Amino acid sequence: MLLEVKALEVHYGGIRAVKGIDLEVEQGELVCLIGANGAGKTTTLKAICRLLPSSGKIAYAGSDITRAKVHELPRQGLVMVPEGRGIFPQLTVEENLAMGAYVRGRVDAERQYATFPRLKERRTQVAGTLSGGEQQMLAIARALMTEPKLLLLDEPSMGLAPMMVARIFEVVREIAKRGVTILLVEQNARLALELAHRGYVMESGAIAVSGSAKSLLEDARVKEAYLGEAAS
Amino acid sequence: MDTFLQQMVNGLTAGSVYAVVALGYTMVYGIIQLINFAHGEVVMIGAMVAFSVINLLVPSGLPPLAIVLIGAGCAVPICMLVGYGMERLAYRPLRHAPRLAPLITAIGVSIILQHIALMIWSRNILAFPQIIPSRSYFIGGAAITTIQIAILAICFMLMASLAILVYRTPLGTAMRATAQNPQVAGLMGIDINRVIAVTFILGAGLGAVAGVLFGTYYGIAQYTMGSVLGLKAFSAAVLGGIGNIPGAMLGGVLLGVVEALGAGYIGDFTDVCAWGVPLAACEGGGTFILFGSNYQDVFAFLVLILVLVFRPQGLLGERVGDRA
Ligand SMILES: Nc1ncnc2c1ncn2[C@@H]1O[C@H](COP(=O)(O)OP(=O)(O)OP(=O)(O)O)[C@@H](O)[C@H]1O
Ligand SMILES: [Mg+2]
Repeated sequence: MLLEVKALEVHYGGIRAVKGIDLEVEQGELVCLIGANGAGKTTTLKAICRLLPSSGKIAYAGSDITRAKVHELPRQGLVMVPEGRGIFPQLTVEENLAMGAYVRGRVDAERQYATFPRLKERRTQVAGTLSGGEQQMLAIARALMTEPKLLLLDEPSMGLAPMMVARIFEVVREIAKRGVTILLVEQNARLALELAHRGYVMESGAIAVSGSAKSLLEDARVKEAYLGEAAS
Repeated sequence: MDTFLQQMVNGLTAGSVYAVVALGYTMVYGIIQLINFAHGEVVMIGAMVAFSVINLLVPSGLPPLAIVLIGAGCAVPICMLVGYGMERLAYRPLRHAPRLAPLITAIGVSIILQHIALMIWSRNILAFPQIIPSRSYFIGGAAITTIQIAILAICFMLMASLAILVYRTPLGTAMRATAQNPQVAGLMGIDINRVIAVTFILGAGLGAVAGVLFGTYYGIAQYTMGSVLGLKAFSAAVLGGIGNIPGAMLGGVLLGVVEALGAGYIGDFTDVCAWGVPLAACEGGGTFILFGSNYQDVFAFLVLILVLVFRPQGLLGERVGDRA
């Protein structure tokens, strides 16, 4: 098991945003986490990355990381692409990528440029001036620069035009094919489930349904609430 | 003598020192949005430590340049330690507190440092021993001394080195990344506590050198010297756009020049006799000057007020298109 989360609870002051969830990601898997706005998906990812304090167990690659510091995790191959991309707006594309390689100390962006030719064209451009889709690609490329084992993606298709959404999902598929394990948070439930091996459905801080992606695509409740189909 | 040219030379010299001090304010502000009011005190400690060491070594008969270098060599690490200490002990615990808390703490740290200096060195003014023979060179009606040349050379070298560090190295890029988005910088594996500490240490090291140069230029150092120098450098940082590194350099140099030209001409402009007022003092080519060059400090604060009123973001602050 690459990632094992047990009885995870996260509080914002008095608000219990994540209410004791269990979640597992096997080596090489693509797992998606879907759910409505405010369900607690981002909160879960942030807790895994130690951006938020939590109770419960989080084991990564066999060791407990609840006491780890945020900046120690990329070194171990656990990297998140945050919601809203989180690029460094005043750094150039190149510099953003270099920050992804910061822990390894060796900047070799060519491989990312091969996947994202658009970024190569824009390499000396300040990242804040990129389009939304380009920024999302930069955020993913930057995370790949760390050579992750487990990639956490928080709504990579958010706010993008349909063409770009398709492109982003294609990229996610490619990354998974390379052997990177992925935990994908998405609002685009159908696309995410069509791509993933397994899925979890989160509702107000708890896991409501989980199972193989195929079974979730056929689940009556999931169909009605997240896939926009009337229950039959 | 050509007043304009001479005041330009003097202004550039003082201004390059302001610029180096201003970098300490602007780097810290850029990375944690804190106005570190104690930075002026770090500069003062640099000057005091260096002067003490230099005065101690004068009887040893070492070559003067070696003595000055040893003095500065003691001041820099001590100031770096002070800079690191204040970040670690005073500011880091308040990193997530409301912004007023660290600001007030900075004022407190400034007072504490000034009083520690008072306890160590008392109120005495330390004098810089005249061990380096100063020669003057003349360029088009203005004199420039060897000390002024040295100050200009050292300050511009420091600024160039810092610019290279910040804009051309991974550490510098990490500093800028942390300034723009500390949370994501952490997610990329950057230890932001370390980067912030390094920022304080660099600023303090620069401040130490600036303190030694400033003290050497005016020949004296005292425990109160950090207040006015710090405020001027802070004004310079605001003039350039606080948080902006090239801005601090530009602001410092400009402020030095404005101040020197102001001091050079304020007497002529406020000479009541020149206005044609028939006073007894004016008879036989006399003068009656309202504000003499001792009002020179006023200009820095005048500049600060004007900037805050007309261009609060500073000359180079907040470039368009930098926001995502
Ligand atoms: N900093 C915060 N302080 C207080 N409450 C918060 C904070 N961040 C999130 N919450 C609350 O926690 C709950 C879960 O939020 P979270 O951002 O994890 O949802 P999400 O599933 O990622 O939603 P979305 O799909 O809109 O991104 C929400 O009710 C939200 O209001
Ligand atoms: Mg979210």
